[in-house]
Formats: sequence, structure tokens, C-alpha cells
Amino acid sequence: MQRIGVFVCWCGSNIAATVDVKKVAEELKSEPGVVYSADYQYMCSENGQNLIKSAIKDYSLTGIVVCSCSPRMHEATFRKTASEAGINPYMVEIANIREQCSWIHKDMATATQKAIILGRAAVAKVNLNTPLTEGESPVVKRALVIGGGIAGIQTALDIADAGYKVDIVEKKPTIGGKMAQLDKTFPTLDCAACILTPKMVEAAQHENITLYTYSEVEEVKGYVGNFDVKIRKKARYVNENLCTGCGECTSKCPSRKGLNEFNMGLDGRGAIYIPFAQAIPNVPVIDTAQCIKFKTGKCGLCQMNCPSKAVDFSQKDEFIDEKYGAIVVATGFDIITLENYEEYGYSMYKDVVTSLEFERLMNAAGPSKGHLERPSDHKQPKTIVFVQCVGSRDTTGCGKEYCSKICCMYTAKHAMLTREKYPDTEVYVFYIDVRTPGKNFDEFYRRAVEQYGVHYIKGMVGKVYDDGQGHLMVRGSDLLANEQLTIKADMVVLAAATKADESARKLGTMLTASMDTNDFFTEAHPKLRPVESPTAGVFLSGFCQGPKDIPETVAQAGAAAAKVIGLLAKNKLKSNPCVARADSLICSGCSNCEKVCPFGAITYAETDVNDGTVREKRRVAVVNEAVCKGCGACTVACPSGAMDLKGFTNKQIFAEVDAICRQTGE
Amino acid sequence: MQTDRGVTAEKEFQPKIIAFCCNWCSYAGADLAGSGRLSYSADVKIIRVPCSCRINPMFILRAFQKGADGVILAGCHPGDCHYSTGNYFTRRRMTLLFSMLDYMGIEKERTRVEWISAAEGAKFSATMNEFAGEIKKLGRSKRLGDLRCR
Amino acid sequence: MTENEEKKLCAEALIISGVKPEKCMKCGKCSGACPSYDEMEYHPHQFVDMVSKGQIKKLMESASIYKCLSCFVCVERCPRNVMPANIIEAVRALQERPQGTDRLTPDEVKNILDDDTPQQLLMAAFRKYSR
Repeated sequence: MQRIGVFVCWCGSNIAATVDVKKVAEELKSEPGVVYSADYQYMCSENGQNLIKSAIKDYSLTGIVVCSCSPRMHEATFRKTASEAGINPYMVEIANIREQCSWIHKDMATATQKAIILGRAAVAKVNLNTPLTEGESPVVKRALVIGGGIAGIQTALDIADAGYKVDIVEKKPTIGGKMAQLDKTFPTLDCAACILTPKMVEAAQHENITLYTYSEVEEVKGYVGNFDVKIRKKARYVNENLCTGCGECTSKCPSRKGLNEFNMGLDGRGAIYIPFAQAIPNVPVIDTAQCIKFKTGKCGLCQMNCPSKAVDFSQKDEFIDEKYGAIVVATGFDIITLENYEEYGYSMYKDVVTSLEFERLMNAAGPSKGHLERPSDHKQPKTIVFVQCVGSRDTTGCGKEYCSKICCMYTAKHAMLTREKYPDTEVYVFYIDVRTPGKNFDEFYRRAVEQYGVHYIKGMVGKVYDDGQGHLMVRGSDLLANEQLTIKADMVVLAAATKADESARKLGTMLTASMDTNDFFTEAHPKLRPVESPTAGVFLSGFCQGPKDIPETVAQAGAAAAKVIGLLAKNKLKSNPCVARADSLICSGCSNCEKVCPFGAITYAETDVNDGTVREKRRVAVVNEAVCKGCGACTVACPSGAMDLKGFTNKQIFAEVDAICRQTGE
Repeated sequence: MQTDRGVTAEKEFQPKIIAFCCNWCSYAGADLAGSGRLSYSADVKIIRVPCSCRINPMFILRAFQKGADGVILAGCHPGDCHYSTGNYFTRRRMTLLFSMLDYMGIEKERTRVEWISAAEGAKFSATMNEFAGEIKKLGRSKRLGDLRCR
Repeated sequence: MTENEEKKLCAEALIISGVKPEKCMKCGKCSGACPSYDEMEYHPHQFVDMVSKGQIKKLMESASIYKCLSCFVCVERCPRNVMPANIIEAVRALQERPQGTDRLTPDEVKNILDDDTPQQLLMAAFRKYSR
């Protein structure tokens, strides 16, 4: 039997003005288990807390009920008080008689009666409370960053600088991501490579960072502080330790049919290749689909010519098992394919390109060495039409419903750079809205219009067709002039919608991290926890969480790193003790609870069960207390009632229901 | 309305209403209603649960056994659940439970699921007032029996 | 036509066509794709805009409703599923239908019914004659 103390707070006149606190204290005294009751002006004040502490000692209380303000306000305070007086902090219950009683009722009798009932419910609950202890789990001081673009690199650097080990897993043969493919960056027009490559080098040379390029995450187990991750290191067929990056092999390779992915397929590459000159690691990889040796068994020129004997055709995929305390997702983005948009003729005409292809065409390291030429006949285009929102803001299912966010700015950048380099080129931009919220963004766009004379046309392109003489006819509406235009262009650039990277969905499932319908990772709170996934220990960096430009990505990368550092800095993680628990005697191992758990906290284990008569090994549910957040979904899904939630047990809630339903005087 | 207690309504009928509120949205919404001094019926008594998905149908059956006249569940709006998917379970479970209760003689109007966010103090008070009014109109509820206790 | 009557007609045009003009983001792709743009005084995007604003009279009186080829390219190209051609068709139907009393009542239908009459034709007849 519990020995319960009831403490009724006046909260000055906040409660006392409409609730007869003395009567509440008096009434609750006769409740089962209550051995002491008192009222005081301010229970949360030091004197009030001392009153509770001495009562706990003097009357050897085992549990307390505080009738006061909302538990959201002072539950923590009173738990601390209880614990200082030597009883378990979870033996405290709060009856909310301020927000949910005195403040909303005017009539003294009504409010007092309600306060008594709320107090009774709390007493009934405390009678069934059991001491709970916060769980503790150790933290592995190592972080995993998935994705080696600017988001992943920045997050890894920030974590590594704080002194923690970080591994970056990148599925491509080099880190750098999309930013490495860009020419200039808006709105300052810095060269992307000039600001990115030093960061890539820094990441590669950092003593705390390990790079796993051409690798993918294969399996994730565990929970916050203790993730077990299996990484597949795909065979490059080149020994990374021996290779010096001399490039002898790539120049000798006779296969030339592979499309250069880095240049968006605008030119070719050998079967053994280094994606680009500043690639990190500067180690080639063999594309087995193109390699003559792999296809026919005859060739091996690369191997013969390698001065350091690094080429190894027998290399196999390797698996690395590592433990991590935190995981950062930085899988980035891609652009959509345009097969649903035949009106723009992307697949029909070579000179209709995506913005990312245009980026490569403008880039000094691109297929045309930075000289702008159109892909079909390598002539310099004289008229270029840019089309925005190609597939963005599209609710028909062909594209994406959201605004891709970055297109307005990079189109302005492309238009401006074109006019800067080739002033005799006419540049048209079809837009629906120009969206330029950001520091110096609108100024940048206006500069394109006012200083560089780019023709912005409010309207959309309806059709792109060939005039038979090597020109592209672009027909669209000019809504402001209320006319339909047909522009004779040499080149059309489509601002294709962005999308989450294809690897994201699979990864989301592995991490049990929630995603939206667009495959963007969901943040724990849209305003207040934007870089954390609802899954504890999983953090989000960059585009994988939603469209972002480079500065935003870097800012978010830093924020994610700060959160990771905050986690890794702890030696032990304390967990909420109000978590689910399965009674192994009752559990039938049906797996219902596992299916409803949003956190993957429930697993099954063959357990020795001994109920006094039968002794056997059975498959029963086991709750991982470090992962369980205590929502209670499993308790209701459990058909046998084996699953219960500590702190909110079935019995406790039944008791509360009973107490509220109890007739006065019954 | 017939009651099994044979209590004649000598004074005004005061229904017993239990509101199960999830800790993160609706309980906070109730607190906000309080801070805003937005009055609602004193017949409503709140029980705090971590998430609306913690509410076992048994709790509601128990309430109607013990003489409750109405039970309302309040949780975060769909998509806003603190535990990401809890309220979806609630929605499905309660749809089933409420039709069963209706079959057993507990009118559908006596049970309700509402989504009330932490910012919707006004909605909380309006909903509770409306629900309490409805229950008052319906009168005392049928009391469910418990076969185990016979 | 009073302003109220015009508003009523607009509402009817929206019901007949099933178009929800509030979905339109005013990108003008419909008009950018329209093959009879130059023939039309009012263009597909204007039909959507004007009907939603309650200005159907000008559209009904304009020859544009007959210049529309009903090729549905605007419907095909619209990124927001607005279906401008359907609204043009509705305006055309409102203009063409005989105004005034009912010419066919449901009671008369069974006398002229035979097994070969397609159901669609009947529906169309009701629509046409029930104004």
C-alpha cells in the first residue's frame, strides 16, 4: 500500500479564487492511500517544495499528488523535489487544477468539485505508480555521413573538427556531388570548383575522416548511440593503396563508348576512368559494362600499362562493419527525367538541354572546354530560350508538385553568364513566377534584366519544334502582352524539376526514418527541429530534406553537425523510462506490436519463459528501451495484453477512468 | 433516457465526460484554452495519455461501464503526430469501436475523435462545449455491463 | 444580362465543365500551346480566368468559342489539371442551348426510347433541352 501525500497549491489567487483549496485538501484526505494532505500558497516556491520534502520524510510518503498548474509547467520541478527527498521521481502525479479547472470555471462550487475529481484521479493513479529509472546506453563516438556532396562534406568536416571520427559513404567513385558539376554559383558568381575542391581535399586529408567512395550502405541495425552499419565497398578493380592516379590506364583504354556521367553524357569516356580531374580519391574505376576485358576476356591494356600494378580484375565487393553513434543523411538530389514532357522535345532534339547539361557546356572543364556550343553541330548559339518550371509545380503526376526552389536563380545566372561572355546572343526566359527570396537574390535577377538585357517573358512554352533548317521553334504565350510568341532559337535550356536522389527511399526504409510522398526525409519538427529526423540519432543535411540552394545546404550541414556533436559529446544517453514493456509470460510472439511501432523498437528473441508450471523457450517481444519513445501504439495492438506502457499502464488509466466516473459519495 | 440506477433527475443532469488528450497537442491545447480563460463545461475531465494511439478501446468500454455519458478522444492533427503515425491508428481503431458501441446501444454521438493542436485553445474549448451540450441533450447513457462480474 | 445572371451562368459553366479555376497558377502554358491562338479573341487562359471572375458574357458573344478546335492540347499541357478546353466547351454549350422553356420532359422520354439509343445521347439531350 502506498503512503500518499496530497499537496494543493493556491497559485496565489490563480487557483484559490475559484477553487476552495482547503476543501480539496480535506476531501482528498479520505481517498485510499492518502496519509497526508496540505495546501500552500505557492507549492513551486522554495518554501512549498520544502513543505513537500519534509512531509515526505515526516510521514514516510511513497508517492505524492500535487494539485497545481499543468504538468507541462512544473512536473519536472516536483519530480526533482521528490527525488531530493529520497523517493522516486516517477512517484509524482500532477492534478491540473489551474489550466484545466480554476482558469476556465467561474463558479466556486463547480470548480471545487471538479478539482476534487481531478485530484482523486491523480491519487488513484499514484496508488498504482511504480518507481521507474531512466535507462542508460553508451554512445559510440563515431558518426556516419551518407552522401559525399557539399552537404555531407561540410557536416563531416564540422564533426571531425570537433574531434570525433567521421566516415563518409559516397556511392559515386568520387566525393563532390552535384556542386562539383556546377560552373559558377549564384548570386556571387564564385566558381563552384574553386570553393568546393579545397573542401574535398580537406575532407580527404582530415585525420578524423575516412572516405568510403564507390560504396553504399547495405544494412543498418541498432539505435541512437549504437548503430551497426554494414557498408558495401563496390569493386573498383583498381587497388586504391597502390594507385598513384597517374592516369596512364585511362589514356590507354581502347573502349570509348561509355558516356561521361560527370559531363551529363555530353561526351564519352573510357571504360576505366576518373570522373574528373579533381576527383577525390584520384583513383580510377572500371565500368564493367563497357570494359572489353570484362566483356570478352581479351584486352587488359590498363593492367599492362599500369606502372604501379594497381589494376586488379579479380577484385570483389568488400563489406565493412562499423559502429556509429549518429547517422547523417546527405543523399542530395537529382533532376527528373523528361520523357513525360514531349512538348519540349528533349528526347527529339539534341539542342534541347537541361540546365545541368548547360552547366557543363559553360564549364571550362566541360566537354567544350567552356566554349558555349550547341551539342548538335558545335556552333555557337545566337538565340537561347530558357524555360522555367519544367516539371516543377506540376500536379498532373508527370512532374513534381513542389517548387524546385533553385531554378529561378540558376536560370538568371545562366542567362547572365551567357550575355556576359557572348553579348551578341539573345536570351529569352519563359517564367511563371520569378522567385528570388534570399540575400542579394532579387538584386541578382534584376541585374540580369536591367544590366544584361535578358528578355523575361511571363508565360509558358507550349511547344518546341524543328523548322527543318536547324532551328528550334519555341512557341509560348506572353501573358502580359496577351500574345502567342514563336521564337526561332538555336538552343533551348530546360529548368527540369529536382527530385530526391533515388537511393533515398531505400535508405529511409533501412533507417526507419520517415519520408514524405516526394521521398524527401521528414524533419522531427518543421520549425524547431529542422535537421533531425524523428528517428533518434538520424540527422538530415541538405537537399535530402527538401529543395535547398548551396548556402542553405551548408548552413543546414553545420546545424546537423552541431546536433551530432551534441549527441557524441555525451558518454551515456538517458532515456525516458515511460516506455513499453512486454510481459514475456503472456506474449505469444504474434508480431502485431512490431508492425505498429514507428521506431522499430520492438524485436523478438527466443526467451526462457518460466511461469511456474511450464518451462520453455519462446519467441517473445523485446522492447529496446533506448529506441522506444513511449507512444503506446503497441499496447493497444497487442491482442493478449502482454504489452504495457510504463508510467501510463492499463491499470493506471483504468483507475483514472474509475475515479472520474465515481459518483460523489459512492 | 432510462438509467439502470433509477436515479431521478432531481437537479440538473450533469453528464460525466472523459476527454483523453494526447500529451503533445491536445493536452497542450487544453492548457492553452485555460491560459486564454476560454471556458468550457466542467463536466469534461481530462486524462492525459502520451499519444492518442495509447488509448485502448478497453478504456472507453470501461468508462461506459462505470457510468460515463460521453467519451471524447483528442489528438494531434493527422500528419502532425509527435510519434509520426499514432493518430492514424487511433482513427482506424475508433471508427471500428464506435460502430460497435453504437450497436451495443451507446449512441455514436457519445463518442468522438477530434484533432486539436497545441495552438488551438479556442477549438478545444468550443469542441468541448459542443460535445458537452450534445451529451446533455442525449441524457444519461446506458451503462454497459461487465459479464465477468455477474 | 444582369451581373447576377452572368455570375449564375459562370457557376453553371464550372459545374458543367467540372473545372476548378482556383487550381490555375496562371502560367499560360495552355495558351502557349494553343494552335488556334491567333484566331481567337479570347485565349484558353482567359476563358479560365474570366469565368472564375464572373465575366462570361463577353466570352459567349465572342467568336472565340467557335474557333476553339477542341484539340485538347491545353488540357494535355496544363501542369495543374485545370482543363481549359472543358470550360470553353461549357461556354459554347451555354451559348448554343435553346434558351427558355423545357422542350423535353422525362415523361416523354420513354415514348421515344428504343434499345439503340446511346445513353450518352439521352444525357446530352437532357442537358440541351432542360434549360
